Amino acid sequence: MRQLLPALTLLLSLSLPALASEEVVLGLSSDTVSINTNFDGSEILIFGAVKRSAPIPDDPPLQVIVTVAGPSETKTVRRKEKRFGIWVNTDAVEIDSAPSFYAVSTSAPLGAALSETEDLRYRISIPRAIRSVDAPDTVANSETFTDALIRIKSSTEQYQLNEGTVSVDEQTLFRTAIALPAALTEGDYATRIFLTRGGAVVGQYETSIYVRKVGMERWLFVLSREQSFLYGLLSLTIAIAAGWGASAVFSLLRR
Amino acid sequence: MQIYLPIAEVSVNAFLLLGLGGIVGVLSGMFGVGGGFLMTPLLFFIGIPPAVAVATEANQIVASSFSGVLAHFKRKTVDLRMGTVLLVGGLVGAAVGVYIFNILKAQGQVDLLVKLCYVVFLGVIGGLMFFESLNAIRNVKKGKSPKRKKHNWIHGLPLKMRFRVSGLYISVIPPLIVGVAVGVLAAIMGVGGGFIMVPAMIYLLGMPTKVVVGTSLFQIIFVTAFTTMLHATTNFTVDIVLAVLLLVGGVIGAQIGTRIGVKMKAEQLRILLAIMVLAVCGKLALELLLQPAELYSIAAGGH
Repeated sequence: MRQLLPALTLLLSLSLPALASEEVVLGLSSDTVSINTNFDGSEILIFGAVKRSAPIPDDPPLQVIVTVAGPSETKTVRRKEKRFGIWVNTDAVEIDSAPSFYAVSTSAPLGAALSETEDLRYRISIPRAIRSVDAPDTVANSETFTDALIRIKSSTEQYQLNEGTVSVDEQTLFRTAIALPAALTEGDYATRIFLTRGGAVVGQYETSIYVRKVGMERWLFVLSREQSFLYGLLSLTIAIAAGWGASAVFSLLRR
Repeated sequence: MQIYLPIAEVSVNAFLLLGLGGIVGVLSGMFGVGGGFLMTPLLFFIGIPPAVAVATEANQIVASSFSGVLAHFKRKTVDLRMGTVLLVGGLVGAAVGVYIFNILKAQGQVDLLVKLCYVVFLGVIGGLMFFESLNAIRNVKKGKSPKRKKHNWIHGLPLKMRFRVSGLYISVIPPLIVGVAVGVLAAIMGVGGGFIMVPAMIYLLGMPTKVVVGTSLFQIIFVTAFTTMLHATTNFTVDIVLAVLLLVGGVIGAQIGTRIGVKMKAEQLRILLAIMVLAVCGKLALELLLQPAELYSIAAGGH
């Protein structure tokens, strides 16, 4: 017991102040994103301040990393190969969990703001945010499948790495804007803010942004899932009515 | 004007969709094809997820075909009896086709199958039609009368039925088989099947071209309505907002197309359809033969 107590206090003094000395106080321009009929992407403003009890440490400088992650889903990535003269899907790798949307914004190049080990621990960079169990042995170069996922998702702005877009003032105030693309899925978007010094995470804050369909979008979506037969009939009724309507209008015009 | 589609979960330009619907609608009314074989690839191109595109397209075809068939009913160019026989076969075929579709979807080969089906069928049908109508046009110019109603093995089959509107007295077996075959392909390819049905009716059953269009539209309504319900209740992939945008353009286009079609000669109509079919076939064949820019593709869910 005598040997244990000093060890414990040492541990606490090492870990607690490091976490507690710099805390995030966060503001969001809006914590809900409403998808209505006119939805064409959106921008959320994430801003905040660093609250601390001790004076600002001089070195190394404070860096801020903001991540926004959409709901995760299982994906299958397939690769085409030339067989019998045509391009055919051959190998497939299952990605257990990939966020539908993922944005990392930093105040400095990611490599400078975050060390490799901290990235592994907090799963911050895009490749780390994707979880995939080992691919089957029959598939060569399975890591290229994850690369391909990131490449395809990045090309549609669904995955974004925005280095240097978080502005930090006086090591205390920070702000950034994250652009959400028009092709957005519903769900809770986990938003994390990390404070780092010399690549190590010294403060962390987590909240959610709710992305919801509203109005007619919501009503149609729910109807299609819960009353699918009715929804199907509704679709057909509209189709038949439109077909008849156009025919009636045109025969009137001819008279 | 951007509009967010609730099921597809993408935002698209409303006027672009209205325009696409209109153009495909005109072709639909002219040729008696649903237009799905043109519209479905176009929807992929503007970023609609394939599953939603195929299901919603079926719903849109219901509207444009219904609009077109009403115009044909007024001219009495619909063979209801023939349409019903084809339809019975078509529904059976569609159910079988959906079953095959789901097996291949699980193996990740459905894209390939769909494209191969398109290339083979569009190529064969387009090619045959092109040369046949070219000959017909030459014969008309030379003053020869086109010979119709050839007697072949089809006329020797049992279970004969009189199709008055088409002026035919043939067995119900060939139309039934045509119906089943088109139904299977329609479900796999996500189209109404008009572009296969129309040539089959002209060349295999020997029906007059003018009657073929209305009759094809008549049976397409039911096959695609069936497909729509199947997709809506099992895959939840029918996007009603997308469908409305497409069909507003589509139904207007179909009315215009029907009027253009009536004024044109049968051979001209057929050669135009043949050229269109061959163009789509060529584009898809190139996609299979040339190395794609992106070798990888993402699909939802595990395998």
